[in-house]
Amino acid sequence: MNCIRNDAFLRTDGRKGIRNTVAVVYLVECAHHVAREIQLPFREVGVHLLGFGGCYPNDYSFRMLTTLCTHPNVGGVLLVSLGCEGFNRAGLLDVIRRSGRPAELLVIQECGGTRTTIEQGRVRIGEILRQLETVPRAALTVEELVIGTICGGSDGTSGITANPAIGLAFDRLVAAGATCIFEETGELIGCEQILATRAATPPVAAQLVESVEKAARYYATLGHGSFAPGNADGGLTTQEEKSMGAFSKSGSAPITGLIKPGDVPAVSGLYLLDVVPDGEVRFGFPNVNDTAEIVELIACGSHVTLFSTGRGSVVGSAISPVVKICANPETFRNLAGDMDIDAGRVLEGRGSLPEVGDEIVALVQRVAAGVPTASEALGHQEFVLGYKSFEPVGPACHPVSTIHM
Amino acid sequence: MDAIQLSSLDNVAVLVRRLPAGARVSLESGEVILDRDLGLGHKIACKPIAIGDKIMKYGVSIGSATQPIAPGQHVHLHNMQSDYLPTYTLDVDRLFRGVSTP
Repeated sequence: MNCIRNDAFLRTDGRKGIRNTVAVVYLVECAHHVAREIQLPFREVGVHLLGFGGCYPNDYSFRMLTTLCTHPNVGGVLLVSLGCEGFNRAGLLDVIRRSGRPAELLVIQECGGTRTTIEQGRVRIGEILRQLETVPRAALTVEELVIGTICGGSDGTSGITANPAIGLAFDRLVAAGATCIFEETGELIGCEQILATRAATPPVAAQLVESVEKAARYYATLGHGSFAPGNADGGLTTQEEKSMGAFSKSGSAPITGLIKPGDVPAVSGLYLLDVVPDGEVRFGFPNVNDTAEIVELIACGSHVTLFSTGRGSVVGSAISPVVKICANPETFRNLAGDMDIDAGRVLEGRGSLPEVGDEIVALVQRVAAGVPTASEALGHQEFVLGYKSFEPVGPACHPVSTIHM
Repeated sequence: MDAIQLSSLDNVAVLVRRLPAGARVSLESGEVILDRDLGLGHKIACKPIAIGDKIMKYGVSIGSATQPIAPGQHVHLHNMQSDYLPTYTLDVDRLFRGVSTP
């Protein structure tokens, strides 16, 4: 399964995209409406809306938008600013332009307001789309692919069908040289010792345990774990039970290292993404919903996200396609139009976990080659980004390539 | 097959299909009778469990029993709890009853 396609979108940093998206990015909620109106007529032609709602600057959100706007699936960017917010718009524009991408900035207060900014923005999008037609193409191999995984709307079937099937797919992809990322340290609470035995080196083992202990402290302060009412309705009782099910998404490969949002692994392998902020509890829940986690996986370079669901989530994402793997056969029948893979069929004797794992690997290859996922075809482009605070990963870890800023 | 025990160390089994109260479920440890209607993915005890015993699933502890649990009984929020964090649930039926019948 080495060469996936001959016409991937080659970026100047050498990474290759499986989509050639234009991102319209609002830099404060006050510019959201204008940005959305600019994007609306282009929604069906690969123009996505994303942004940051806060007025006050934050290193994490700046780093997230720089890595997202220079993601290999993004070909060009239009930034939309109100004009008085704290976001470093000049710095972001500079990083994107230095990456070789067409990028423009419109400041509503300098463009004459809502109507004229929308008009100008649509003209700029037309220009960027024309420039994207000449993006260089190159062969994409599986070694260059980054695949993230998340579970959302989990139930008692997630941990016995979809999640272990994703784990089998991850084992095959890691063995083929791809980079795979699993996440949500709060959903590994109770698994920390088992997690440590999977670490590639003793320092990584210590970092993995420490990251889960940090998550446990963080959630204990908030008084609420990563556990929604629907999880209990679906038969899950405790955080550690949900964790064991979630952990099986990681498969059985050694864990190469721990990364934080925006770190792009420089070496292939299996990584745990630490989504829980460092330091004292400051800005609330580590991730307000599944989309916040998907966005962080994409900021780490994920071309595709494998999303396991039992209760039935329907979300997709801006920038990178989401593959929906349904754990529960009843849910699959109920929401078939939203799902890509029926992993719950294993419970009804209609297939085995290895068969579902193989099906996931095959679908990842097709999606990377350009085939839209169910959520992509339905127009899902969810995006959310909030405030956080992180310290860089320590020296014990592995190399990560960081965007030069 | 109506329920699977994921590890030989486990004292619970997971239902693989929706079953009504009174249904007979065959487990490796013998046949049990369900004490209530249960959905896919829910857990039943496959061994006698005492207060304070660890609930074992996937071969590891997923919490502790807060009530004695007999084989075949539903294992959930009413008779077990996390050893880490409390579980938040939304009782939709009670919320709606609270609105319509004071």
